[in-house]
Amino acid sequence: MKNNDIIINIVRFIVLVFLQVLMLNNINLAGYINPYLYIFFILMYPLDGNKGLLIFLSFLLGLSIDIFEDSGGVHAAACAFIAFIRPVVLKYSFGVSYEYNSVKIKKADPIEKLTYIASLVFMHQFVMFSLEIFSFEHILLLLKSTLFSGLFTIIVIACTMILFNRKST
Amino acid sequence: MQQIIFFFIRNKNFLLFAVLFTISVGLTIQTHNYHNNKFISSSNFITGGVYTFRNNIADYLNLGKENEQLLQENLMLRKKLDQFKEVVVFEKLDSTILPNKYKYFTARVINNNYSKTKNQLTIDKGKRDSIRIDLGVISSKGIVGIVSDVSENYATVQSILNTKSRINAKLKKSSHFGSLIWNTKDPNVAQLIDIPRLAQLEKGDTIITGGRSTIFPEGILIGTVKDFDLDKDDNYYYVNVNLFNDMTSLEHVYLIENNQASEILELEKGVEDEEQ
Repeated sequence: MKNNDIIINIVRFIVLVFLQVLMLNNINLAGYINPYLYIFFILMYPLDGNKGLLIFLSFLLGLSIDIFEDSGGVHAAACAFIAFIRPVVLKYSFGVSYEYNSVKIKKADPIEKLTYIASLVFMHQFVMFSLEIFSFEHILLLLKSTLFSGLFTIIVIACTMILFNRKST
Repeated sequence: MQQIIFFFIRNKNFLLFAVLFTISVGLTIQTHNYHNNKFISSSNFITGGVYTFRNNIADYLNLGKENEQLLQENLMLRKKLDQFKEVVVFEKLDSTILPNKYKYFTARVINNNYSKTKNQLTIDKGKRDSIRIDLGVISSKGIVGIVSDVSENYATVQSILNTKSRINAKLKKSSHFGSLIWNTKDPNVAQLIDIPRLAQLEKGDTIITGGRSTIFPEGILIGTVKDFDLDKDDNYYYVNVNLFNDMTSLEHVYLIENNQASEILELEKGVEDEEQ
């Protein structure tokens, strides 16, 4: 089971990076809206996994996107941030019970699941866009990008979850 | 001592996060300075290879449009050539041909973005093809950007759609100088600032490069005036420029090398040193 998890996560990491840089970054809906599906890796990381490892892996994940995107370290920073904050978000969206392994993200209550995804996605987008834009002059652009890209990302992540859930059952 | 070690163990996740976050913010700030994005850039072996692979596929889908553009450019060049023929035919060829001031290279865009605030392109030529930092990049329709980083086989280009970009430009009809910047709103519209209010502006006026920099030769097309307004102090115009280039679909570009750039820069540097 544990070995299986490791392989699944490695494959997920690589597939998501390539999917992101080769396809999703070129969607540019309405000129600037892209889904950032790659944080799916951080969302679905096993709940009982090592937290330090998750932070490090998320950093690497973000950095790989950054190298392709020429964006310095904005994705890396945003990913490390949400990986660090994930336990807190888990606690307030699923209740304390998640610590006793009684919760599975895939089988959780849809509303709780949505809270979890939406909080992490918006935090990620906000940190990422603030670092990328990096000036108070364009604060409206920042909020606009965060909102629309965030919504798009949530929709794409939800679709991916539905797609893979059906397959496994 | 034990206390300190316990502190580290208890907060190890936070410390790890703090270190990684600082590194990434550092990398981000580094890329906000022009020319310093050496560390993490898409002009490296792996990413360049992946982007080339993608482009080889994507190119087939755009062949029709690209052909049409090349045809149009050929047509334009042919017309120019005909004009030259009429002039040259009566003159004897001089035995000493002066070395050309500008050298041109061609390259293919393998990655292009235009939806961020600091946009970059990646092209498939690098040091091996004698591409250097600070070469100008144009397409058949107009200006594209400036080379900001090179590796063996690839180079990244700072697009004109980049808040750091500042390019010397002028009005074609009256030669008033200004700077071309971008306000991040629309990938087809750039802004020309610092045009003095004395200049007579009209909608549809052509904007070209100014030739004051060592990067672009004079007279490369940029765009036409969309609308204009005086700025806060009423001394300068703030002009919206419709770009000739469609920055969202670039395929083949030309790089321009100014053979005398180093000479000019050296001379200017000498003058600056003297003033200090």
